[in-house]
Amino acid sequence: MTVAPGRPPNQVVCDSGAETPASGEPLVMVRDLRKSFDGQVVLDGISLSVETGDLISIIGPSGCGKSTLLRCLNLLEVPDSGEMRLVGHGIVRDGGRWRRSDERLAHALRTEVGMVFQSFNLFGHRTVLENVMLAPVVARRTGRAVAAKEAMALLEKVGLAQMASRYPATLSGGQQQRAAIARALAMAPRVMLYDEPTSALDPELAEEVLGVMRQLDDEGMTQLVVTHEMRFARAASDRVIFMDSGRIVEELPPETMFTIPSDPRTRQFLRNYL
Amino acid sequence: MGSALAFLLLFLGHALATPLRWASDSQSGAPFVFHDPADQAKLTGFETDLMQVLARKMGRTPVFVQNDWDGLIPGLQRGLYDVVIDGIEITPEHRAVVAFSTPYYRTAERIAVRRGTDGLDTVEALRGHVVGTLKDTTSQRLLEKAGGITLRSYEDETNAYSDLANGRLDAVMLDAPIAQYYAVPDDRLKLAGGPIGSLSYGIAMKQGDAALLSAVDAGLESMRRDGSLRRILQDWAMWTPEMASYLDDQSTEQVPPKAWDHWVASTRPTASLQARLARYAGFLPLIGRAALMTLAVSACAMVLAVAWGLALALARRYGRWPLRGAATLYIEIVRGTPLLIQILFIFYGLPSIGVRLDPFLAGVVALGLNYAAYEAENYRAGLQSVPHGQMEAALALNMTPAQAVRHVMVPQAFRFVVPVMTNDFISLLKDSSLVSVITLTELTQAYIRLSTTYYDYLGTGLLIGGAYLLLGLPFVRLARIAERRLSRSVRATQPR
Repeated sequence: MTVAPGRPPNQVVCDSGAETPASGEPLVMVRDLRKSFDGQVVLDGISLSVETGDLISIIGPSGCGKSTLLRCLNLLEVPDSGEMRLVGHGIVRDGGRWRRSDERLAHALRTEVGMVFQSFNLFGHRTVLENVMLAPVVARRTGRAVAAKEAMALLEKVGLAQMASRYPATLSGGQQQRAAIARALAMAPRVMLYDEPTSALDPELAEEVLGVMRQLDDEGMTQLVVTHEMRFARAASDRVIFMDSGRIVEELPPETMFTIPSDPRTRQFLRNYL
Repeated sequence: MGSALAFLLLFLGHALATPLRWASDSQSGAPFVFHDPADQAKLTGFETDLMQVLARKMGRTPVFVQNDWDGLIPGLQRGLYDVVIDGIEITPEHRAVVAFSTPYYRTAERIAVRRGTDGLDTVEALRGHVVGTLKDTTSQRLLEKAGGITLRSYEDETNAYSDLANGRLDAVMLDAPIAQYYAVPDDRLKLAGGPIGSLSYGIAMKQGDAALLSAVDAGLESMRRDGSLRRILQDWAMWTPEMASYLDDQSTEQVPPKAWDHWVASTRPTASLQARLARYAGFLPLIGRAALMTLAVSACAMVLAVAWGLALALARRYGRWPLRGAATLYIEIVRGTPLLIQILFIFYGLPSIGVRLDPFLAGVVALGLNYAAYEAENYRAGLQSVPHGQMEAALALNMTPAQAVRHVMVPQAFRFVVPVMTNDFISLLKDSSLVSVITLTELTQAYIRLSTTYYDYLGTGLLIGGAYLLLGLPFVRLARIAERRLSRSVRATQPR
């Protein structure tokens, strides 16, 4: 994709209204993404592409930029420069100021992307069911009855049907995170992003959450997971990305990554875990 | 037939007569314009009687307007009423701002002391003593001019005489009618010496209304000639040789001082508990009405404060800079200036740029706009205490920033601020007492009125204090219920 001269730096490019990318084009494509905070380079030219149905694990030491990359993908962080295409929505950044009007781009893009946070971020003043219903009712104007029915189905899927009327504060961490996944799924995203979804959980509670992610993988969901769960990354991923210092060091099938990584930095990192 | 027609004409004439709106401060006490101690609903006083007759002579219907003493003259300027009568002395300073009728009463200052005190019967003799008087009066100027006197200026004559009886003061010098009505009936006090200086009371009105001035003067002249002014003064035991010569009225007609006798009888200290309780029971209708006023003003003001405060908080937290700046400026100005000044500014100041609010509305607006600034800061703190992750989660779920604020941030900020809001509402209940300066009779005004009439600050204080507590309690309880409901969902939603 080329940028015509004189074009504003930010531009959403929709493929003639079609939400599905042209055949052969990856569902998520990132090219040379850069981001700095106060002069500190966090993303130093990231390029990657993700095919429909992939489960990609992103691993790397703290501060390597993996969370920032994920947050850039739904524009919770605005990249300084680079190019992204997600499910037919394109954005090109050329160092220009992010204006308030550009929020509209972010809004359009986020319709396709669900996000799950390390700290769950469930809405404390709403029950589990209401948490799942809220976005469809508010942002998509779905009728309450329909939204409730769909939300209930999603809660059943993540095994929380009997918790529907509880408040988040009364749930275990694993239950909260599963509720958060159901909440993200309620907006019918094409891509799910997970930012260290199990880091705050005990191993057995983490397993509940990873189970849900495996199930979604079986159903063909495209997922990107920033994680420290090496066993999960190894067992469930289609590919594993190792990042360090704002760059992708290598991107390998899990077996290769965890047995014969080629880069010494990867070996060093994995030694601490395995 | 003819008489029926005449009656009808008379009736219509009366009904159609333009009202003469006359203002006074019924708290400033006897014998001017005040509430009958035996019946708080009844307005009485020699000036009240005078105005009834005067209005009739002018062919107008008298309509009384209550206003705080300090607001009487500004109210004239504002056009709230036509004339003011409240023992206002005709002085050059007053003449500079209002027009005066011919004097309707001339009198002098009198010194009152405790029984058993001797020798304090001239202004000179008061040197080296503590002397009480009312602020901005001829008496005050006389005492200041004498020099060497420790002067205490009061807002209210009852407090002055009360402090004299308690020994805080050595003497009180005030207009003779006031001394007569407050010092003479009190067994602990007596008058000392003779009349000092001279002063005249006039009816005040807006300058430049020659027609009104001459109509008032003509009415007073008519009252002088037919003796009705004399009879009113005799009724109040205020007819003096000086007045007889001033009005050139040498009539020997005897009018019993019924109004005076009634005053003395009804203010005599009641020793028996039963009589006291009966008196307190008589206060209840007034206190009830005043409590309703307090509640109405406070509740309306709080609704305004919550709505406007939320708007300000949102502007400050999420607005762009011009909006954010404007909200900040508003909050700083409102928090940085006294509420009393804001109330007076809105009620008396705004009419000069064409904004006239009636007293109730002005009170609600002033209190509401003031409290909004404090509420705004509470809500902003509440919004800040909602974790940022909540906002991100809402945005990630494809809500717009506005939807996220409306459905996620504000409801969660609310539970942080409920306890503070309860506090604010109770404080608003009490601050609503300030609207008494713009003619509204609420609880504090009722307290001042009742306690100054009976010298009873203790009993009425307990009654009024109880009324405030009763007003506040339901809200404390309501807030506790709300807090409990909200806290079901509270606790940390964060894992660590």
